[in-house]
Amino acid sequence: MRLADLRARSPQEISQAISLSRRNFLRTVTGAASAAALFGPASLRAMAVPKNRKAVVVTFGGGARDDETFMPDGQENIPHLLNELMPQATFLTNVVNQGILGHYVATASIVTGVYETFNNFAAVSPNNPTVFEYFRKDLKRPATDAWVVAPSNGFARIGESANRLYGPGLGAGVILPKRLLAAALSSASDGARYQHLLRDNYETPLYAPSLAGRQIELDQMAEVLKLSVDDFAAHARNLVSPDELSVYIVKQLMRQLSPSLLWVTLHDIDIAHSGAFSLYVDGIKRSDRLCAELWQAIQKDPEYAGNTTMFILPDFGRDSDIDSGGNGFQHHRTGDALSRTTWMMVLGPDVKQNVVVDRRVESTDLIPTLGAYFGFDARLSTGKPIAEVA
Amino acid sequence: MLPHELTPASFAAYPPEARQLAVKQIALLQRLPLAFLPLLLRELIVYDWKFPAERVDLGRQFTYLGTLAPGPFQTAMSAFAQLKLARELEQTDWVNSPAIFSEKLSAHLWATHQIDAFSAAAVDYVRKASAPAGSGDDAALPTHRLGIAIIGQGIAKNDYRLFRKLRPQGVYFTQVKYAGGVQVLLNAAAARAKAHPVPYGHWYIDGGHIDDDSLAVPETVTRISYDALSALRAALQSRMQKTYEAAVFDPEAFRTMLAQIKPEEAGLNAGGDSVLNRFQLSLLTEGSGTQVFATTFVQWAAREALRRAQPLTLVTRFAPRQRENQMNELLAEHQRKPELDPQGSLIDADMGAYYAWVNQQRLPGDRKSAFLVWFEDHGEAVAIAPTLERGKRSDAPIELADLIARIA
Repeated sequence: MRLADLRARSPQEISQAISLSRRNFLRTVTGAASAAALFGPASLRAMAVPKNRKAVVVTFGGGARDDETFMPDGQENIPHLLNELMPQATFLTNVVNQGILGHYVATASIVTGVYETFNNFAAVSPNNPTVFEYFRKDLKRPATDAWVVAPSNGFARIGESANRLYGPGLGAGVILPKRLLAAALSSASDGARYQHLLRDNYETPLYAPSLAGRQIELDQMAEVLKLSVDDFAAHARNLVSPDELSVYIVKQLMRQLSPSLLWVTLHDIDIAHSGAFSLYVDGIKRSDRLCAELWQAIQKDPEYAGNTTMFILPDFGRDSDIDSGGNGFQHHRTGDALSRTTWMMVLGPDVKQNVVVDRRVESTDLIPTLGAYFGFDARLSTGKPIAEVA
Repeated sequence: MLPHELTPASFAAYPPEARQLAVKQIALLQRLPLAFLPLLLRELIVYDWKFPAERVDLGRQFTYLGTLAPGPFQTAMSAFAQLKLARELEQTDWVNSPAIFSEKLSAHLWATHQIDAFSAAAVDYVRKASAPAGSGDDAALPTHRLGIAIIGQGIAKNDYRLFRKLRPQGVYFTQVKYAGGVQVLLNAAAARAKAHPVPYGHWYIDGGHIDDDSLAVPETVTRISYDALSALRAALQSRMQKTYEAAVFDPEAFRTMLAQIKPEEAGLNAGGDSVLNRFQLSLLTEGSGTQVFATTFVQWAAREALRRAQPLTLVTRFAPRQRENQMNELLAEHQRKPELDPQGSLIDADMGAYYAWVNQQRLPGDRKSAFLVWFEDHGEAVAIAPTLERGKRSDAPIELADLIARIA
């Protein structure tokens, strides 16, 4: 095949081809059924919302391509997603992100259900209300019921928006594990042992944003997580990556506070910006394993088992090998179809198992879907509930 | 300032050849929309340090735009002219700082959801402006292009399935007899350089050290190596380190600062090849990861050499990169002997070889071009050429010299 043959396709054709390839592949390896065969009108009826529902959202980031995940060459990198979680999940093959492809602004767009347009590297709050604010204000939930665990200091303001009707005091608590670890190590003599966990931002590795948000600080950690600084540092010593640190904090939150809405953003994959393909793939394998660990933790915790839905989705993809404007997996700068087209896996007691949904949805549809799940109105979101999993 | 306000004096700060060309084309430049013109000036302002192929390409664009009648000219530029730009962009010094304008324009287009329209317009423009080269295909080339990638230096045993992306394109050889190894492949490159002496037409890029005592690489082959740039990388790493440790940091300003470093400021030989000096500096100031990872350096250098110089022959040899570490440690590479990651480097290089082939195939002459990737000091290789079948495997013994002779 000549490159020219691929270049001649329109972005829409390429997007459809991506979805089709992934869909066919998944059906082959999992025997998954089509959503159209399983979802009748009954599934779209409004249902009473149980009060003890919980949701865990994992962004599988930052930025993973089909080539290294669900396409044939990528399957060896995601054995847990494919073999353990997929048979229990409804899988959406065609999730499109039409917004800015920077990790903070894209995650903010998923969190608000509106394509945010602020500078990805600015320390600003999202302009539109976040899912945490809808959740807490509409359902009158306490601050301890919604949390974000975020990968880099740039996500400090992800928990609540600048919207006048919502905003300060109504959002989620934000935990930045690397910031906590850095603070814990500030007086320690063996800080070098932890340096591999402190890398903050792969896209601009020299980026050190000013912090301003509702993130918890080290002195609050003992109170919130019931975790001493010494225990935290001792555990961190045995971890290999920042994402492992994030998942450790998530489990601690689940154990101590059992929040109903928990959002964790994985980010190891973004090491791809260094251009080292092997490190990028290592990040994908780690994210795959951590997603399975989280699901297992949910099933083992009586507060979560049987009443929790987990949503896993990349914030976006990465550039294709074919687009001459990019450099393949390394970045997400071209805005081509591959970098915009991703997937979503949904698992939970009310979710159909081993089902593939082919139709196109947008990443901004997640928040209205959570609204339908919990019973709040994401009134300013531009997305629509995904009926197959709402 | 708007394009129609340009005068010859606007280009007073341009280098001599760039200024001369800008003044010659000023009537055309005045007619171009603001969303397009600074992008053209970004190429023009560095005209003095362009490779011959880039000069030809820029000349082709001027010819294309300059020969369009008013109607087709408007049509060609309409997609750019319809983009809605912020007033702040007009006020940028886009004549003298077109790169800064480009960064701001990119951010503006993303934020206003116009990036897709811009990308489509750019792709369409490039396709039309380069049509003469594309349609001429192989006719203008003195010989077909040849890419050679050597991967896996220092690896004794490997369990990773190599060449998974390249095998479908050619023949996978499993019994290559590699006596003479790297030198055999360099000899092939040297023979092509001798037969077709084109300036910057034949390249050798090494992720380690080019040992002149053990390897014969003729002067007619343009040479670049990661180790030869160690002093430059140390200087840049030192700057990056200081920025990293500063309390306040603006990533966009930092990128701009890197892009504005001049070769002489970075310690490159002022009396040397100024075109190549600029190119090497750009690899480290514009690339991501090239400053700290040898594998990334080779991959990016190959991409840029192919994109800009469009060589007839390109040999890349990947060497082990340092192991992943915290950024401070990566940047301190020059201060200590770093621990290496040979197995990870092999996987990186395998992908890098694929990208070298992809980028070679973007160039005119792709139907006749050939490519060889060889696992250094091992019997595995993939050869791709119009004369070879695709997706085949050969377990028959073959000398490396014979293999390269078949496609060179």
